[in-house]
Amino acid sequence: MTKMSTTIAGVHFKNPIIMASGTFGFGREYGKLYDVSLLGGISGKGLTLHPKAGNPGTRVYETASGMLNSVGLENPGVGAFLEKECPYWETLDTARLVNLGGGTLEDYVLGAEMIQRDADLRSSLGKTAVDMIELNISCPNVKEGGIAFGIKTSEAQKVVQAVRRATKLPLAVKLSPGAENIVEMAQMCQEEGADAVSLINTISGMKIDVRRRSSVFNNLYAGLSGPAIKPVALRMVHQVAQNISIPVIGMGGITTATDIIEFIMAGAAVIQVGTYNFMNLRAGSQLVEELEQFMVQENIQSLDEIRGII
Amino acid sequence: MGMVLSNDRLTDGVYHLKVETNSGGKMGQFYMLRAWGAYPILSRPLSIHEVNEDSIEFLYHVVGEGTEIFSRLTSGDSVELEGPFGTGFPQVEGKVALIGGGIGIAPLYYCAKQLPGCDIYLGFSREAYRTEAFRPFANELTVDVGGFILDRVDFSQYDHVFVCGPHPMLKAAQLKGIAAEEAGSRTKVYLSLENRMACGIGACLVCSVSCRDGQRKACADGPVFLAEEVIFHD
Repeated sequence: MTKMSTTIAGVHFKNPIIMASGTFGFGREYGKLYDVSLLGGISGKGLTLHPKAGNPGTRVYETASGMLNSVGLENPGVGAFLEKECPYWETLDTARLVNLGGGTLEDYVLGAEMIQRDADLRSSLGKTAVDMIELNISCPNVKEGGIAFGIKTSEAQKVVQAVRRATKLPLAVKLSPGAENIVEMAQMCQEEGADAVSLINTISGMKIDVRRRSSVFNNLYAGLSGPAIKPVALRMVHQVAQNISIPVIGMGGITTATDIIEFIMAGAAVIQVGTYNFMNLRAGSQLVEELEQFMVQENIQSLDEIRGII
Repeated sequence: MGMVLSNDRLTDGVYHLKVETNSGGKMGQFYMLRAWGAYPILSRPLSIHEVNEDSIEFLYHVVGEGTEIFSRLTSGDSVELEGPFGTGFPQVEGKVALIGGGIGIAPLYYCAKQLPGCDIYLGFSREAYRTEAFRPFANELTVDVGGFILDRVDFSQYDHVFVCGPHPMLKAAQLKGIAAEEAGSRTKVYLSLENRMACGIGACLVCSVSCRDGQRKACADGPVFLAEEVIFHD
């Protein structure tokens, strides 16, 4: 019998496969294609305190083995999420991560407080819709906040500290590969009381339309994801996992069961799957099956056997 | 997974693909197709051209790497297809005009079969294709090459106008709809938008459309929208 489960800050993940924020909506859409409760977890579309229309112009462009996106955190806002999506999330038997972004420190805090109040209220009714907050200080596609908080450890510290005070929910901090020092950033998160770090967010990139003589994106730069970034992500997960004691949620270009195993061997507790959801709409359910088969074939009884062995 | 039954070249860069599947679909809906492994990353949305009991037909124009790969498919090849997705054209009653520009004629053929007796306007910039297939279902068939097909249509004569074509054409159709309404007509104009998509099911928000009531998704709320709802930015 293979053991794929892991627990992070009291949150049970039945398998290590979490669907990454921004690629999975709030789960409903994929729920029409397969049972999302098969998954270890889902991380919802990145939320900001107030609704956000996102970026105008081209929002996606394909690259060699990757994809640039400039969606710009289009989302309905924390309030609409709590009201409209949480009743659905209550029905799911999977770990539910709410991904929280923000333009200002105050936005982050107010958003976290709203999520906490809602969690308290649901808890008093014997219900749960959100298991963990994934704090997004690393979105490269918004002009204010986002990546600005994700580069300098001292700036990130203010957000992590404030949000940690604002919520009792388990807290993961999603880190940017653009951080000046990714290990120092992760260590700061641990010191400030984060329960986990997740990495990596997309890598800032660019595409130029040579005929129009301009960037294809209104914001010039966009976030690169997909298989192209896997080696970078794996290296960063390895570096961070070596230097902190809280769990690492690894992500970046995962498309196969062996990719998952690589991340676990690099030290990830669990992993997230992002762009692959677009390449294969049934990625989640297929990867759960493939991972189990691979573990049986390789005689891996438990992910704990191989975690961080490199 | 579906098997290619045929993939015929109609004219320069335009192909008619038939794939074996029994998953059906409604007029104006689309499928996400891919015929490759990891690259290109994204599947391609193709609108339903025709639904048969055991197959779906698509009309597509080669514009990039994905459609280029589609153009090389031959009978017996496999394609991955997911769908049908999206909210298509409504089943309506009354006098209907179908207006297609270029490859925008693709979803209108199935509409024509569902709404026999409509007037059909097909416009092309260089060369017409597939026009005779529409004739059996048309009250009147108007084909224009090199001009502006919208100039041939009096919107006020219709209860419903369905339009699919390039972005400027959709915007112009919206303006014609507004003008007809201001002149006292009750014409409802529906536009089928062709936006870039990543997932095709409403999760990624890549295909977001600015509408009067906020941001909507071309893939899930559309691709068909009431013209009056859409805000065109350029």
